[in-house]
Amino acid sequence: MGTKRQFRIWRGDENGGELQDHMVEVNEGEVVLDVLHRLQNTDTPDLAVRWNCKAGKCGSCSMEINGKPRLSCMTRMSTFEEGETVTVTPLRTFPVIRDLVTDVSFNYEKARETPAFAPPADVAPGDYRMQQVDVERSQEFRKCIECFLCQNVCHVIRDHEENKESFSGPRFFIRAAELDMHPLDAKTDRKEYAQAEMGLGYCNITKCCTEVCPEHIKITDNGIIPVKERVVDRRYDPLVWLGSKIFRRGQVPQTYVTSAQHSGAVHSSAPHGGVHSHAGGSHDPRHETEAQRGVNWHREVPHPTAPATDANGKLPLTELTFDRAAAPSPFGDDVTFPLPPQHLNFAHPQQDEPKH
Amino acid sequence: MTETRIERHHYDVVVIGAGGAGLRAAIEARLAGKKTAIISKSLFGKAHTVMAEGGAAAAMGNANSRDSWQVHFRDTMRGGKFLNNFRMAELHAKESPQRIWELETYGALFDRTKDGKISQRNFGGHEYPRLAHVGDRTGLELIRTLQQKIVSLQQEDKRDHGDYEARIKVFAETTITELLLDGDRVAGAFGYYRESGEFVLFEAPAVVLATGGVGRSYKVTSNSWEYTGDGHALALRAGATLINMEFLQFHPTGMVWPPSVKGILVTESVRGDGGVLKNSDGKRFMFDYVPDVFRKQYADNEEEADRWYKDPDNNRRPPELLPRDEVARAINSEVKDGRGTPAGGVYLDIASRLPAEEIRRRLPSMYHQFKELADVDITKEPMEVGPTCHYVMGGVEVDPDSGAAAGIVRGLFAAGEVSGGMHGSNRLGGNSLSDLLVFGKRAGGHAATYADQLTSRPRIPVPAVEAAVETALAPLQRDTGESPYTLQQDLQAVMGELVGIIRREGELVDALRKLGELRERVAKVSAAGGRRYNPGWHLALDLRNMLVVSECTAKAALERQESRGGHTREDFPGMDPKWRRVNLVCSLDGDTVRLEHKPLPKMRGELINLFDRNELAKYLTDEELAEFDALAEEAGK
Repeated sequence: MGTKRQFRIWRGDENGGELQDHMVEVNEGEVVLDVLHRLQNTDTPDLAVRWNCKAGKCGSCSMEINGKPRLSCMTRMSTFEEGETVTVTPLRTFPVIRDLVTDVSFNYEKARETPAFAPPADVAPGDYRMQQVDVERSQEFRKCIECFLCQNVCHVIRDHEENKESFSGPRFFIRAAELDMHPLDAKTDRKEYAQAEMGLGYCNITKCCTEVCPEHIKITDNGIIPVKERVVDRRYDPLVWLGSKIFRRGQVPQTYVTSAQHSGAVHSSAPHGGVHSHAGGSHDPRHETEAQRGVNWHREVPHPTAPATDANGKLPLTELTFDRAAAPSPFGDDVTFPLPPQHLNFAHPQQDEPKH
Repeated sequence: MTETRIERHHYDVVVIGAGGAGLRAAIEARLAGKKTAIISKSLFGKAHTVMAEGGAAAAMGNANSRDSWQVHFRDTMRGGKFLNNFRMAELHAKESPQRIWELETYGALFDRTKDGKISQRNFGGHEYPRLAHVGDRTGLELIRTLQQKIVSLQQEDKRDHGDYEARIKVFAETTITELLLDGDRVAGAFGYYRESGEFVLFEAPAVVLATGGVGRSYKVTSNSWEYTGDGHALALRAGATLINMEFLQFHPTGMVWPPSVKGILVTESVRGDGGVLKNSDGKRFMFDYVPDVFRKQYADNEEEADRWYKDPDNNRRPPELLPRDEVARAINSEVKDGRGTPAGGVYLDIASRLPAEEIRRRLPSMYHQFKELADVDITKEPMEVGPTCHYVMGGVEVDPDSGAAAGIVRGLFAAGEVSGGMHGSNRLGGNSLSDLLVFGKRAGGHAATYADQLTSRPRIPVPAVEAAVETALAPLQRDTGESPYTLQQDLQAVMGELVGIIRREGELVDALRKLGELRERVAKVSAAGGRRYNPGWHLALDLRNMLVVSECTAKAALERQESRGGHTREDFPGMDPKWRRVNLVCSLDGDTVRLEHKPLPKMRGELINLFDRNELAKYLTDEELAEFDALAEEAGK
């Protein structure tokens, strides 16, 4: 009753792997996960896929489908063209365990480092009183199903293993925001903590996380920006700033000037208006297409991140108003030199010829 | 065999299962100072609890101050058709509010009433609005809250001991295949890491089972792949007993279209918030299906039913809110009589009942689910729904107060869906989330106490470990057997067709014969590939659990010659008071399932007095009624 469709599925482990071609039967109303299950039932009984609820509620079946991070249980086959090849690969930001399953323990480590809810000392269980309007802000973030697609797509760690140590990622920024906005949370320094310990400053608000969120949480607008803005507010209160310079130098959380007002500048530097991308390298669309066909075929190639500028498009160079010893890098905060060679794209000239 | 590497761990309490019950048990054991391990079959925080939508039932009285534990107790017993373990129902009704309030101290954010308390919503079978909820993703809130509480305990341990995992550790993607015994005492658990396929052995004197249900033995199910009855089977093999296995809840409203999502749940809140069921003639048919025992509480005309949403005190409830078994049977019979939808369900209509904006606000994840999975806008069109296998009422027979498993094993505890008795023959919506919390806490606490009281730690016998390794590796070493996927499909076909919603003697006998054949095929199953994250191998190992649990269900279903709650016999359509006094208890005799009758514990006087004599007359035998009258007379003196 169904039609046969072309699938390319990445199979392998940490030692490497390859895309395998399969023709699979697809029936009306099916999603990508159904097709993967059919493959397990037929050609590839040991195909590793992580899944649970198959209803978009548990966030287990995250993978990259035609290069886009998606929940495979929520990706309907009807969204593809009839003759389109569907390419399925594991999440790129996390180490592969086998086939489509990656090691997402990074996220659980970061979860464990994020300070937990601090109950108010003098309120007994049963006496908590909160207004609906006040809990709704945090509730938005508590919708998170921890699919880690936002973590996967975040350019700070997508191709920068070295940033993982000091960067918690969007999932945990909204956790910080959620606790910060919790009407009864007794801890008062969530924002400062996010800035100092979670690496919030690395985020330059490209909104990729918001774009891929299957729960449609406004990660950037409602979570990250409010936390950043409030950190900046405090930092830019001249008295607080002066006090901190004089008395607590070196102990104050670092604040990078990458707040909301600069996001416009970042975006205006992306002339192609297309996908924002995440690896070091070319930003010529032709090269990009070629790179996509290369060894790292599912790698999207970025436009460089613009440095933080003020409303007039100038770099904030005045030492008094800037919190670093020198001007920011014109290549953006997330690029260090030399670029690590494993992050450069390389397309072998004979890559399209079949291997023997 | 000698070459097999096995990682060893020592714990005081091992909790198998990381859903609501498991996490709550682990928290309690850790708070009691025990070194605790949590074994999670999938990633931490993905357990099936996240699927629970409606809410957690607790008589807090925030929405209607007339609510109390007594009323909740009464509703639970009624819903379970008086087959519940009364003591469990009593503890559950009494302790649920504290368990919910406690979650707020862990950081949970429930929806609020105008005066800032936890909001409570209506649900099938509950007399007052009673379900604490967060939109329609209450299960997710519950699991995330417990997950984050565990993280906060780990942060305490990091502060005090320099190690997050000093006293409580989560073993994610780990499956337990065998419990190991020292005589009649639990000594540990053996399993494998799904990721690497490496074996792991936990030495622990106390084990809490919190593995959930058995729904994966059915094709149309709302349950995830994890629900293969692992805990049920582990308990049986360890010498514990199962009760009430014939009672399976088919949720009346699962999605029926498109085929790939068949079975996925449509929350009861759709009906609680005003949604109505219609057949293909457009008729609101539930009025034809109100059983006599419920006539007093349920409206017999649309006008009264519709008034109830605004004025519940002076009107009877709409029949769409009857307990789940009634609604599932009603839908089944409408479809059978040819008044179903093209995809074999009925219509659930909320679009014509509430403004679009209101639907999106109250039922956000349902709106989302239909939009994304079925391309249906529920604010404009009705949904197509039909019954789906949802919950198993039966489970490990436990001591109601401690959760300790009955039978010949010591040191084994069970909580949540894997335990039996609490819900009788039918569970009310909303009672499972509070069940997890109440009995999770109890099982965890009692497991800790048990571990404390032991004078000597049980030892794991080496041959048992060797046997466990051999069993686990067998499917990989055979290449002559059938594929585990084929076997699972065949098992699902037997259960769905012959041990489904409506059961008949001939079919059940047939089912048992076919399960016997399957048993031989499952014993020879082979899995292709290696040990590393190999779903085929994992399924091959789960199959024997699914099989033995299915045998329990089929045997008990054949034995119970009446219809009650989640067990409907076409050849015995009525409820029989004599059968109400009987629990069917399954145990394992070598390889075969043994079934025994066991009398139900007798309800205490002050509890039975909460009911009206007329109501009791529908459930009790004459002999029991005479006792009740004597009791009443004595009280009257």
